[in-house]
Amino acid sequence: MSKMELRLAGSGGQGVILATVILAEAAVIAGKYTAQSQSYGPEARGGSAKAEVIISDDPIGFTKVQKPSFLMALTQDSLNKYGKNLPEGCIVVVDDSIEHIPDMPGCKVLTLPILSTAREKVGRAQTANIVAVGAINDLLHLVDHEHLREAVLSRIPKGTEELNMKALEMGMALNASV
Amino acid sequence: MPKRVLMQGNEACVEGAIAAGMRFFAGYPITPSTEIAEVSAVRLPQVGGHFVQMEDEIASIACAIGASTAGAKAMTATSGPGFSLKQENLGYACLTEIPLVVVDVQRSGPSTGLPTSPSQGDVMMSRWGTHGDHPIIVISPSSVKETYELAIRCFNLAEKYRQPVIFLMDEIVGHLREGIEIPENVETVDRPTVEHPTAKLAAYHVEPGQLVPAMAPFGHGQRYNISGLFSNEKGFPTNSNELTEEKMQRIMHKISDNYDDIVQVEETGLEDAEVAVFCYGGTTRAAITAVEEARAKGIKAGIFRPVTIWPFAERELDAVCKKVKKIVVAEHNYGQLLHEVERVAQGRCKISFIGKVNGTVITPDEILAKIEEE
Amino acid sequence: MAGVNMTGVSPKTAQVSDLIWKYMRPENMPHIWCPGCGHGIIMREVAQAVENLGIDRDKLMIVSGIGCSSRAAGYMDANTLHTTHGRAIAFATGIKIANPELEVIVLTGDGDASAIGGNHLIHACRRNIGLTVVVMNNSIYGMTGGQYSPTTPTGEFGTTAPYGNIDRDFDVAQLAIGAGATYAAKGSVYHVPQTVKLIENGIKHKGFSIIDVADVCPTYYGRKNKKGSAVNMMQYQKDNMVPADKAKTMTEEELKGKIVVGLLKETEYPEYTEEYQKIIDRFVKGAK
Repeated sequence: MSKMELRLAGSGGQGVILATVILAEAAVIAGKYTAQSQSYGPEARGGSAKAEVIISDDPIGFTKVQKPSFLMALTQDSLNKYGKNLPEGCIVVVDDSIEHIPDMPGCKVLTLPILSTAREKVGRAQTANIVAVGAINDLLHLVDHEHLREAVLSRIPKGTEELNMKALEMGMALNASV
Repeated sequence: MPKRVLMQGNEACVEGAIAAGMRFFAGYPITPSTEIAEVSAVRLPQVGGHFVQMEDEIASIACAIGASTAGAKAMTATSGPGFSLKQENLGYACLTEIPLVVVDVQRSGPSTGLPTSPSQGDVMMSRWGTHGDHPIIVISPSSVKETYELAIRCFNLAEKYRQPVIFLMDEIVGHLREGIEIPENVETVDRPTVEHPTAKLAAYHVEPGQLVPAMAPFGHGQRYNISGLFSNEKGFPTNSNELTEEKMQRIMHKISDNYDDIVQVEETGLEDAEVAVFCYGGTTRAAITAVEEARAKGIKAGIFRPVTIWPFAERELDAVCKKVKKIVVAEHNYGQLLHEVERVAQGRCKISFIGKVNGTVITPDEILAKIEEE
Repeated sequence: MAGVNMTGVSPKTAQVSDLIWKYMRPENMPHIWCPGCGHGIIMREVAQAVENLGIDRDKLMIVSGIGCSSRAAGYMDANTLHTTHGRAIAFATGIKIANPELEVIVLTGDGDASAIGGNHLIHACRRNIGLTVVVMNNSIYGMTGGQYSPTTPTGEFGTTAPYGNIDRDFDVAQLAIGAGATYAAKGSVYHVPQTVKLIENGIKHKGFSIIDVADVCPTYYGRKNKKGSAVNMMQYQKDNMVPADKAKTMTEEELKGKIVVGLLKETEYPEYTEEYQKIIDRFVKGAK
């Protein structure tokens, strides 16, 4: 891996921004270069949210994702919006609750039960972003597992460690592969 | 070993400021600068400093200036609409020579505009926003690491010259997270003060050849006056045209005579360049990628970046204008520093412009297209 | 010719009290105030209150805004800050927080405090920060030549109320009480000993205090409203004074045109800088 450009999209409140912050934190712990940014509307909940993280072995110039090597969409709206004009070879993870998957030529599309795993197996819908982080790292091998654990622990509220570690493990247990 | 951490630009601004000695922050919530107030609220009491959320933007800068007169290294932060509101008191601090750092994390405007979208539309307001002629120092960072370092530089210049310094950030860098190394030691500067406050009653008196008055903070026995009216060296209002002239000359020369100390530029790959990209702040990141791609295609391109926005880096840019064929000016506005570049270039090289005002960022491809354009 | 020229006058021979020599800056005289203006009386009332309390002038901070009233800062021998229009309380807030050891007094006018600076006034009341605000309330914008202010009574005249003022007027002290001021009083330029005491108690009060002092502006307010000379205007204050205690039993109609003097409110509430210090103390031992 020399440079990965990741884009995560969903609705406000699903925690896609925090997911990219955790991946960026893990990259820093792993000694890599990273740039994380987001765009959002004025709403704290609802509305669309898009977050991006670039992880690279070399210094990063432009900090926004231009040609995503990876896209995750957690809602139909966000998939409709960002599932267009993707570059050849882009890996796309779509939550299995999404009914209509548009044609994304040249992309490797994968359906994962991110939201339902958080809700049903972890027991808390709010942990979907941590489930996602576990699944993404397992799929893309961005950083060592230990670095990711450390990053998650540094960014979650005190008292939720056990729950979030469970979510991380559940995310990895989805055994995502392309 | 310096500690390496993931930090947001706005957070790095506060951490750099605290490292520089900031112990007072007054602010009012406004996107996209709010994190600067939030982080200050958390961090300042931890280092024995004070944070206060004021009732409005005007009160925030007034409160910060007040704290500075009492000796605290003080800062306030805002974004476009709030920066408009702060202008009157900014001029007050310029004339009265009170050290202060004002952060403007630029967002899309005019008016409420696009609050969460990037822009560099306040460049001219940072120079001329307050009424009347006045000296100003404006500095703009292009990365999280630089935000930390330049926040320190803003404080050091503000203190050294008893001068408000504007830290002109933009949403691109303010909301960007990157890994940075926190240095263990930083060099800090304290404002010129007086050893025996009771002995120097003319607070604004400067010795011949000097430009910055030494003053004790209020409460140390000097018992002087500060006024936003033109004043004599004791700080008392005067209608004297001679004293007004003298004061204006001194505060303007205080900055212009120290051009070499204040003006910083970064030049990348300009040694053999035929095309220079002129950019600053967050726009620089697109330019770096664009120039790398141009070089890969065999085009001799480089970057000229003023780190200090005002005073304008005309001497350094003049040297570039002598050797390149074309300058591509890239900024997130309708063309603000473009006119400064044209003024310095005086037709010696072609000037090409790319500006964006729709809330999206200028991409490397767009800059590359301008570099390649015949 | 405005004011008294004290330049070059020896303290031994001048008919000027020791109080004036101690608290004023003779080199800045003559002052700019018109003959008959009450501002000088209020400035002296403040000086007397400070003297009575024995406050060290090196720790005395006078902050003012813009307008006739605000020139007082430059005339007083203390740490003095002459700021921008309406913002004196906001500047003073920063000073008080940065150095709570300073005794911070804000000298302001009715327009400065309750129009352009109204927001800062009410929020300083709410915060209960340890400032003392003395309002030189002459019900007119004097510096700009006699425009009506928020305290100009309905029906009275100003250059911008040529047909009579149709705005309702503010009662500044009551406004401050409504915003949570923990000390509010009304004084006047005629009732000097009472007003000195009210200012003195305001300075001693822990937290925010405001003393709204009924002032006289014979040049603009007086002339525009046919109030006669400065002496006539002072006589009016004397004749129409109602003690604050009695005022509490009177109706709005009965109080019309009356000059209320006395304490309106005094209550205890934690002071802002002391509360903030408690937050600092959680992190830094012995920090100031």
